[in-house]
Amino acid sequence: MPNAFWCLVEDDRNGSPKKVMAEVIGEASRLAPGRAEAVWLTDKASEAGLKQLAEWGAARVLLLEHAALAPYRSEVWVAAAAELAAKEAPKAIFAPVTSRQREFVARLAARLGVGLAADSVGFALEGDSLVATRPVYAGKLLSKVTWAKAPWVATLRPNVFRPAETQTGKTAPVERPAVAAAAAQMKFVERREEVSTGLPELTEAETVISGGRGMKGPENYVILEELGRVIGAAVGASRAAVDAGWRPHRFQIGQTGRTISPKLYLGFGVSGAIQHLAGMRTSKVIVAVNKDPEAPIFKIADFGLVADLFEVVPELTKEFKKLLEK
Amino acid sequence: MKILVTIKQVPDTATQVKIAADGKSIDTTGVTWIVSPYDEFAVEEALRIKEKRGQGEVVAVSLGPDRVKEALRSCLAMGCDRAIHLNDPAWAAVDTLATARALAAVIKQEGPQLVLCGRQAIDDDMGAVTAQLAELLGWPCAYWIMEEAIDADGKSVRAARQVEGGLEVFDLPLPAVLAAQKGLNEPRYPTLKGIMGAKKKEIRDVKAADLGAAPEPPQLSIVGLQALPPRPPGRIIQGDVPTAVKELVRALREDAKAI
Repeated sequence: MPNAFWCLVEDDRNGSPKKVMAEVIGEASRLAPGRAEAVWLTDKASEAGLKQLAEWGAARVLLLEHAALAPYRSEVWVAAAAELAAKEAPKAIFAPVTSRQREFVARLAARLGVGLAADSVGFALEGDSLVATRPVYAGKLLSKVTWAKAPWVATLRPNVFRPAETQTGKTAPVERPAVAAAAAQMKFVERREEVSTGLPELTEAETVISGGRGMKGPENYVILEELGRVIGAAVGASRAAVDAGWRPHRFQIGQTGRTISPKLYLGFGVSGAIQHLAGMRTSKVIVAVNKDPEAPIFKIADFGLVADLFEVVPELTKEFKKLLEK
Repeated sequence: MKILVTIKQVPDTATQVKIAADGKSIDTTGVTWIVSPYDEFAVEEALRIKEKRGQGEVVAVSLGPDRVKEALRSCLAMGCDRAIHLNDPAWAAVDTLATARALAAVIKQEGPQLVLCGRQAIDDDMGAVTAQLAELLGWPCAYWIMEEAIDADGKSVRAARQVEGGLEVFDLPLPAVLAAQKGLNEPRYPTLKGIMGAKKKEIRDVKAADLGAAPEPPQLSIVGLQALPPRPPGRIIQGDVPTAVKELVRALREDAKAI
């Protein structure tokens, strides 16, 4: 459909779209009612996954299904998507911020010769232009940007946009265009899985717990993980804790780590250095627990406890358990 | 092996940024400038490759105004052999794509076997130039790399990229573009000898005209910068720990509806 808002599908590599797609499709539908289309590059899509995209409000699903599309390689994806974009002439191309989409849409924008607004947190249509809002300078300022021409390519920060409500039973036509699978120069060697903590992924979690220098050592993160299991939260760390070797880098929240935007952020022994705030200041509700009443994190916290985290965490775990058992 | 590293000069994280009179850029008065931290990982990795192979050349490249020389000089002090400065008012309002085009033109002239970039610059956090270079050059590309190893005959690189839930390892034929993630290495500090030596190393100025085509107008432009909307004032919950925790849980549930 001309003037469609494409929503590039991020999936779980097992045939199902990730739930962040409800946010991307929701925002595309808000800007362009009835013109949000899901574009899915994958080696295998499930029927349930296709149905889910329709129920989130995709007016049409364009399924590019080909064995060569997994594992993800930008050189292969860009050829397939660019050919389809030339045919379909979408007005916008949206994707959630994930490791691969960040690379892919940048490459796609270069192939199409258009601008990219990465990690956007807001959109507004102004006349016939789209204006995106994105945090810059460690989240200290917001930058409003606009495109010289369509398609408007952007990535959307997870947990910021209101997810589309599921419209049970809604269907959408699924088209399966032929895939121009370019020969890959990159050869896949192996995938090394992380040891799972059994807790949600940092960037996807609705609740995130973070432990800073106040944790005193790597052995103490178990109390945060226990709290995490009770409330279904991811557990991250500040740069100070990562640089001290207490947690692997993949758990770092902040400018040189992950950017998160959960509904609830709980910081324990986190001072709130600018570089940490850069990665979490768009969180909706911020709770800070720190012994130091002067810790900068209290300036942006909605709720603060000036107290010893080692007393607070077990108590909090107990109280949440009580509450959630009700 | 010739390795080219792209770097960007950015305001130090801790620096206060103020919006300039034009409403679209920052007031650079009093700003402390640094090499973007991810780019330092890229420089370090390039130097390690050269040292491991016992030969080669590492060239640092950056686009920006005169002040950028300082950033290039600190890369030379770390051990880069020479630097190229894309320094022309014609590039004053570039977006990522125009930046990538200018850098790609220099890369074509220089003909390195490997280009290393930082994952993203910490000023605008766009994180696009690496992928756009790969596209413009037609090279393979790996983002957010945590490890790399070049094979003995210098024909390919094995790179591990960070993805949600793990690492994915690929062999990329050279030339290729890699984006460095934190965790790849620990960047060195320049030695005094390095700092002294850097003064004698070449920083070549490149003008837009030297690259053939005139820069194209930006595809993405800044309409304006604005300060963050203030957060509503927070509340310090008083009392002994059990009482304060009970109140916090109640407030999160009933007032903030966050749990």
